[in-house]
Amino acid sequence: MICALTRAQLVDMGSITDIAELASSPPTAYAKFLPADSPVQYLDVAGQLTGCTARYPRPSDERLVHMYRNMVLGRRFDQQATALSKQGRVAVYPSSRGQEACQIAAAMSLRSTDWMFPTYRDSVAVHARGVEAAEVLRSFAGDWHSCYDPAAHRTAPQSTPLATQLLHATGLAYAESRRGHDTIALALCGDGSTSEGDFHEALNFAAVFKAPVVFLVQNNGFAISVPIERQTAAPSLALKGIGYGLGSELVDGNDPVGMLAVMDEAAVFVRAGNGPVIVEARTYRLEAHTNADDATRYRDQADVQRWVERDPIARLEKYLRGNGLLDDAAFESFNDEAETAAAALREAASEVRTTDPLELFAHVFAQPTPQLREQRAQLEAELALQAEVN
Amino acid sequence: MPITTMAQGLNAALRDAMSADDNVLVFGEDVGALGGVFRVTDGLARDFGEDRCFDTPLAESGIVGFAVGMAMVGYRPVVEMQFDAFAYPAFEQITSHVAKLRNRTRGALSIPIVIRIPFGGGIGGVEHHCDSSEAYYAHTPGLKVVSPATVADAYALLRASIEDPDPVIFLEPKQLYFSRADVELQSAEPLGKAVIRREGRDATLVSYGPCVALALAAAEAAAQEGRDLEVIDLRSIVPFDDETVNASVRKTGRCVVIHQAQGFAGVGAEIAARVSERCFHHLHAPVLRVTGFDIPYPPPRLERAYLPDVDRVLDSVERLQWNDVVDATWSVSA
Repeated sequence: MICALTRAQLVDMGSITDIAELASSPPTAYAKFLPADSPVQYLDVAGQLTGCTARYPRPSDERLVHMYRNMVLGRRFDQQATALSKQGRVAVYPSSRGQEACQIAAAMSLRSTDWMFPTYRDSVAVHARGVEAAEVLRSFAGDWHSCYDPAAHRTAPQSTPLATQLLHATGLAYAESRRGHDTIALALCGDGSTSEGDFHEALNFAAVFKAPVVFLVQNNGFAISVPIERQTAAPSLALKGIGYGLGSELVDGNDPVGMLAVMDEAAVFVRAGNGPVIVEARTYRLEAHTNADDATRYRDQADVQRWVERDPIARLEKYLRGNGLLDDAAFESFNDEAETAAAALREAASEVRTTDPLELFAHVFAQPTPQLREQRAQLEAELALQAEVN
Repeated sequence: MPITTMAQGLNAALRDAMSADDNVLVFGEDVGALGGVFRVTDGLARDFGEDRCFDTPLAESGIVGFAVGMAMVGYRPVVEMQFDAFAYPAFEQITSHVAKLRNRTRGALSIPIVIRIPFGGGIGGVEHHCDSSEAYYAHTPGLKVVSPATVADAYALLRASIEDPDPVIFLEPKQLYFSRADVELQSAEPLGKAVIRREGRDATLVSYGPCVALALAAAEAAAQEGRDLEVIDLRSIVPFDDETVNASVRKTGRCVVIHQAQGFAGVGAEIAARVSERCFHHLHAPVLRVTGFDIPYPPPRLERAYLPDVDRVLDSVERLQWNDVVDATWSVSA
């Protein structure tokens, strides 16, 4: 449970509907660290409010409409990126289709002064954070390893090594709190990463140094082909927090309302100086690992179909329409916006861009070593010769 | 002037860097109240506060990854790995992130971290406490690799490393921690300059860190036999000072490289190749290496059999084609 508010405040806000439920929590000192027994869910698959235990303040209607728009834009971006990868205009693209509730809740839970530490699968979150779509794709197209300015967007390069970025998030969050800033860091990873040593070291360091970090584990069922049962025997990945003294929560990652409620609360909690928290979001990777992967070799299409039916965007749409918060005009306007952005992305992907090969020597050190200057001169001469021949 | 040990010289460098810049923080295992197992951080927590010099959980990858995050927002972490072989858990953080973040982000991020590592043998240490791991780091683009051979350099090179905008692997020869010198500690030029410790005409001995003293001792012994050897202390393996090494070898025409680390694919191999490529027409003999054997570092009682010593250096010097005859060493091998 993540709880930045007192029980009395929650009762006042109507967020606790059943106070006996909290009172009946296990009577242990560590109960407050434990996640829910089953994923927190505010909206069911039909888009109906579950009337669930509702421990966390429900996001405002306005915020949910904004979230819906962002999810629509995010999915269209992701689909366009996948299409470009299949056309060979992007070298590789790891899709997060089906994980939009996680991606958008992650971005929306942060202030512009906070930092996000994404993985290669979090392009939608990076885009929602404000990095231009074309800029996000440039690294997947192979222009350079990371093509946006991390400091300008307060978004670290998308990490390819697993779990290593969680330590960076922890160090940065500690550094910021040490300076008296109220900046927090959101560290993203997947289910496979929880098996890596750095995951555990990051949780431990964050807890020991009380670093304001939210760890969001998007459990999408697979680490490339390996199912979650082969990663862990724990009933929930959120439980991994308790051994390190982190508050934790388990949430339905395909429930946009639950996701945003939990992520908002997690941000408030860590920003208030309560130490780090870990959130496991149960979701599903609808696409293969990347365009280079063949998911039919390791999973049943019927399973995928079951998760298509749990689609987070359709779920929020039903809720918003059912409550008079989204009409056809708004729906069309969001979809038009998404199509326009997709067209712009296709256009940008068609642009001929060149990176000067001599830049390869420019950023290895602040100043190139004598050896790098020599090698640069060699390549420069080779390029000049090629240009002459051509 | 007070007599200073290398450990004290390093401690003074940390103190002065911390006084000069609030962004310099020192952390690692046992660096706080204990002052580090070699006492290099002695008194820092007391004098600068426990938020400037602090102990961390016992996890080397965690220490380095944590430092990366701090460096991303302007701190200059100086972290301690307790022993050379205990730095290996941090290898991924060092090679995939510390070394590459500047390049990955086209210069948008600087990672000015100093990773201090007590390294090398010669102290009768048990397994995992005596590795010479410089080649792993020197092979990784984006890391500077430095090792002091004198007390004065311990101070000057550590100050320069902390001020450097790039990450530095700072290798402290364990054998020299308690070596003493009567010197004024002062900052010097930026990293990347070798120094000639002894001038000579007949052959060049190239070394760094713990083997510089050996090279000097060998040169003294050779002088008794009428050979006048020049001794170069590289000080920094990366950046490598080709200029100083080449000028010396072009003058002497002969070169021996000395280090404790295993020879195969070691730093000495790189130096021998560079000298051969660049000084070929000045060389009277192949560049030879005096290194550790290609075996895991031996147990304490067998350490002497492994470590380069004066005799091995002199034997190599004798093989430098003074009489233009076939080197018998190679005629018996494949």
